[in-house]
Amino acid sequence: MRDTLYIPLRPWPTLGVVAALALLPLAAATLGQPFYVVFATRVLIYALIATSLNLLIGYGGMVSFGHAAFVGAGAYAVAMLMPAGVASAWLLWPAALLAGAGFAFLVGAVSLRTRGVYFIMITLAFAQMAYYLVLSLRVLGSDDGLTLSNRPSLGLVDLNRDTTFYYAALAILLAALAGMRVLLNAPLGRALQGIRDNETRMEAIGFATYRLKLLVFVIAGAAAGLGGGLLVSLNGLVGPNLLNWTQSGLLMIMVILGGAGRLLGGALGAVLLLVVEEAIAEHTIHWPLVIGVVLLAVVLFAPQGLSGLMRRRA
Amino acid sequence: MTMLRVGGLQKHFGGVLAVDDVDLELAEGELHAVIGPNGAGKTTLIHLLSGALKADAGVIVLDGRDVTRLAMHRRVRLGLARSYQITSVFPNITVLENLALAVQGASGRDDRDRARTELGAVGLGARADDLAGALAHGERRRLELGLALATGARLLLLDEPMAGMGPEEAARIVDLLSALKRKRTILLVEHDMDAVFRLADRITTLVDGRVIASGAPEEIRRHPEVRRAYLGEEAPQ
Ligand SMILES: Nc1ncnc2c1ncn2[C@@H]1O[C@H](COP(=O)(O)OP(=O)(O)O)[C@@H](O)[C@H]1O
Ligand SMILES: [Mg+2]
Repeated sequence: MRDTLYIPLRPWPTLGVVAALALLPLAAATLGQPFYVVFATRVLIYALIATSLNLLIGYGGMVSFGHAAFVGAGAYAVAMLMPAGVASAWLLWPAALLAGAGFAFLVGAVSLRTRGVYFIMITLAFAQMAYYLVLSLRVLGSDDGLTLSNRPSLGLVDLNRDTTFYYAALAILLAALAGMRVLLNAPLGRALQGIRDNETRMEAIGFATYRLKLLVFVIAGAAAGLGGGLLVSLNGLVGPNLLNWTQSGLLMIMVILGGAGRLLGGALGAVLLLVVEEAIAEHTIHWPLVIGVVLLAVVLFAPQGLSGLMRRRA
Repeated sequence: MTMLRVGGLQKHFGGVLAVDDVDLELAEGELHAVIGPNGAGKTTLIHLLSGALKADAGVIVLDGRDVTRLAMHRRVRLGLARSYQITSVFPNITVLENLALAVQGASGRDDRDRARTELGAVGLGARADDLAGALAHGERRRLELGLALATGARLLLLDEPMAGMGPEEAARIVDLLSALKRKRTILLVEHDMDAVFRLADRITTLVDGRVIASGAPEEIRRHPEVRRAYLGEEAPQ
């Protein structure tokens, strides 16, 4: 029996990639480039965030242009709680997740009443409202943002060590990807993709499409919030720009580059975009132009993104 | 037992009264045809009954329960499903997956065995693993019908299931609907008068949104107003 929606687990390639990622800090140390560990951690966190947006855009057909707001909600939750005396990542990161989920619930409950261009515009409007709110609030540091004196603690392991933080982020990303695969292969995932392809028909065969979409929107918001919490924990600082629409746009570009509607699309897009930025940003101030050209090429010649190209080779 | 009772149903689009004070009653197990010229309001009627559109006025009672304000998916869960005049299936997944989705929508469970049964019922068993988008027109129309059937609905609203079909394909649909008769209550909108007069227990004629006649096929065949407005020379003798 053919199962077009089922996402198989390819054990050997998966194991290979995971092993390579696990060895990366060792390689960086050998090369005498410890800075790369922090950079790679940032890439992993963005991979998590872009993956959550891919769930919305690629699998749910919900083209949200306000995803940065949920990242911001998680980041500011951590940045507010730490000075208030909460030091444990076991509390801070779930709090970031809840902040993202809660804000996504509010935004989704309203926005998901609309479709198409209206949905894009209303999610953007909500995110910009959040951006200006943060910008104007003194307790949130206004345009200076907030800084943290050190990283959260995670029980026995010390997150102040870059390598440890890297492994924590890697574990979270892998768990999120595994969870997303389970979700997409479950009846909920099939329903989600049905809604993406033909929402009206889905209602006509009995699906409560609004509630299903809201549920997935909240899940994606939670993952984005967690990503925000991880970012501020890593960097020790957060500013309003994290919520700006350019950030939402960047996340969308990651999803398109990597491959919308592919399990690894968000992650691959994050890697590609951040590595390219890192490689060329110091040589030219025109790097956004380069990204623009690459994006155009992808849309024209590889509409399935990077993961689509890799699938074709295989 | 009354399966569906509709009273004073009304819907207008701007200045056009698409459905104008329509009363309708379907007994359990009845096959009730709705006929009328293009633009008579037949599709709008199905939109209203299924919940795709909100009525401006009137009541819709399904199995003794007022469903006038219920969302479309809630009505499906109560046993009312519709098919579309313009085929609306999921082209990127297989035929079997299409039907499994419909089973899941109504029951909450992804039950492939039941989906396979429904697949046989619409004669698409050989096409189970083909993409729905690859089906020929007649097959797609049967899948369209199959999606409504697979919800397990007791009341089916079928919008021109034979639209665009040749005589052979149309005959298959007639057989299919004959097999369904009595097992499900059916409201059938159809232009193929041979099919309508062979299948229907009762017929309602809609013109400009209004019911101009409703009754047994023989009555409708002879009804002067129906002949003038719609049947004309088309009426099978
Ligand atoms: N969404 C709509 N907006 C405006 N007018 C509509 C709409 N849908 C149907 N109509 C009008 O309502 C009338 C009934 O249409 P319809 O129900 O599709 O008729 P039928 O199915 O009997 O051919 C027609 O005059 C049609 O132009
Ligand atoms: Mg019609």
